Amino acid sequence: MRPFADTEDLIGRLEHAGYIAERGLAVALLLMAQLRRPLLVEGDAGVGKTEIAKALATAYGCELIRLQCYEGLDVNAAVYEWNYQRQLLAIKMREAEESSLAEKERHVFSDEYLLQRPLLQAIRRPQPPVLLIDEIDRADEQFEAYLLEVLSDYQVSIPELGTVRAVSIPHVVLTSNGTRELSDALRRRCLYHYLDYPSFEKELRIVLRRVPQIEEQLAGQIVTFVQKLRTEELQKRPGTAETLDWAAALVQLRVSSLDSNPDFIADTLACLLKTREDLAAVPPSVSARLLAQSI
Amino acid sequence: MKRGHAMTTTPEASEARTALARRLPERIVEFVRLMRANHYRVGIQEAIDALQVAQCIDILDARQLRCALRSLLCSNPADWKGFDALFERYWQHQSAGAIELTVGGRIERLEPGAMLGLQIKPVSATNSRREDAWREALRVGASPHEAMTRSDFRLAQLHENTWPLEQWIEALARRMRKRLLRRHHVSNLGHRIHVRRTIRRSLTYGGLPLDLIYRERRRELPRLVLIIDVSRSMNAYSYFFLRFARGIVDAFQNTDAFAFHTRLVHIVDTLREPDRHRLKEKLAWIAAGWGGGTRIGESLQAFNREYARRVVDSHTFVFILSDGYDTGAPELLGEQLRRLQQRAKRIVWLNPLMGRTDYAPIASGMQAALPYLDLLAPAHNLESLMKIEQMLLRL
Repeated sequence: MRPFADTEDLIGRLEHAGYIAERGLAVALLLMAQLRRPLLVEGDAGVGKTEIAKALATAYGCELIRLQCYEGLDVNAAVYEWNYQRQLLAIKMREAEESSLAEKERHVFSDEYLLQRPLLQAIRRPQPPVLLIDEIDRADEQFEAYLLEVLSDYQVSIPELGTVRAVSIPHVVLTSNGTRELSDALRRRCLYHYLDYPSFEKELRIVLRRVPQIEEQLAGQIVTFVQKLRTEELQKRPGTAETLDWAAALVQLRVSSLDSNPDFIADTLACLLKTREDLAAVPPSVSARLLAQSI
Repeated sequence: MKRGHAMTTTPEASEARTALARRLPERIVEFVRLMRANHYRVGIQEAIDALQVAQCIDILDARQLRCALRSLLCSNPADWKGFDALFERYWQHQSAGAIELTVGGRIERLEPGAMLGLQIKPVSATNSRREDAWREALRVGASPHEAMTRSDFRLAQLHENTWPLEQWIEALARRMRKRLLRRHHVSNLGHRIHVRRTIRRSLTYGGLPLDLIYRERRRELPRLVLIIDVSRSMNAYSYFFLRFARGIVDAFQNTDAFAFHTRLVHIVDTLREPDRHRLKEKLAWIAAGWGGGTRIGESLQAFNREYARRVVDSHTFVFILSDGYDTGAPELLGEQLRRLQQRAKRIVWLNPLMGRTDYAPIASGMQAALPYLDLLAPAHNLESLMKIEQMLLRL
């Protein structure tokens, strides 16, 4: 009984899918499959939380079903909804038929008229998919409580149809940006992984992997610069996603080295800093200092 | 610890593994207890899960054990950051752990009873003292006791331990959200049609929707903007107001918070800091102010110019928490409040000085502001903060 010998294998498969994972994450992902528990991933914006689910789906070779949370998300948008228009038509068309009311009702509330939303889709697939519940902290408490129920029993009850049990148990990844405190119950139900900003080596590997046209020297400079920038007092520290954007922008501009034209840095800094305050906090003098440290 | 893999084939290792496997349940239960003593939210269920996890990993590989237990037993960033220290302390220092098992004989010497009886001390002593005080405070009653509710915040600063009070202030803000939602729930009967129920009912009429069923309107929370005075004259209060703001920002999604003394700073992201100690530092830093007077008028001007368009709309409640001592021109303050009033739904001024019996709003700044305020209320203790909720419902 040693499924964990697979850690290296999973890291390899994730890398093949374009995701550089550390060992801790790989262990958590394997544990998730082993214990059939959801994984809650927290971390600042842009560190690659959502990417985990995408890469995992590619690594497992299965489908990715995504539920994006927002304030006001309700059961109708997340689990199921009846197709009202078709139901109305069906009632009209069957008006003349000689069937009993109960039969008509059974027909109208059958699978045929059911619109499956992500949660229901995820538990009805014969092949277990990866279910990504993105930014769970944006949904309100009621939905969180409902979700907890679904994630512990893996069944959904639809009054007109009865209880729908999971055909297969999906691999569930939840992400949170920490805009709201999640309930203890949900936290305890989930395995947990905190995704920090990547180390220099890891980020360099990510850049080289995701922006293939880039030269290694430039990539090194970019990553050093961004890593230094993160230590400044900023409102929104640039994540890996921003590093990749910036690298792609500089490649597009045919920059071969950061010091060749310092103006490019000022012009493209908006890729890294997304608020006016932050842009103001990094004037040319500061970026020149960071640049000097990066080369 | 990296020797784990290399050892897996030697006979010594297999001996060690058997010995460890026998003792492991106790070790893990003990470790979970240690974590609980350090305020991790783990219980019996987690211990059982941890044992199950231990079944499916190579227990001689400490790295795997660490990663697996970390994923399983942590549930927030603070847990996550403290875990490694705990893990190392327990598995590497306290007694023979999985990693030190080069000789199987070593673990044999340990009595299981002795292991379970280990005296466990929380890692950080200062930390735990504060928590104890907090727990003590909780034990006194289910609700904050009278003295704490009524006493002026400026007196609280005299005592060393303000943690329980801070917790209450934050919890208060969160509770406010719940109550507001509930009341809206009861009071707003909506006008939208509940399609599913309507269709179901219409079956009786051959599909004609004769009986319309309504659903209630979505409950909406007010949008709040807090502007907090952190100048020197507010010294005794601003730290608690910042904690209150943190609770509000956490509970209400559409909230913005600013602090000012001689200039205005946007502080929402600081308030969201998850790490408790760093938050305390940052808040103390903001609350310390810079001295050199208060420029309420200019700060509001900056607010109107740069942020108001984005964060204030006709559903917004603007809260200004200040004592009204302005070193700038009162006319400017009046003018800026007038502009803000046009944009916002309500402007509420919370003044901590109003808790004092002899206070009257005669400071020139306060006088200039009065005509544009929808409400001027005290905010000097927990009780007065609790009343804000009712004000929100009334206004």
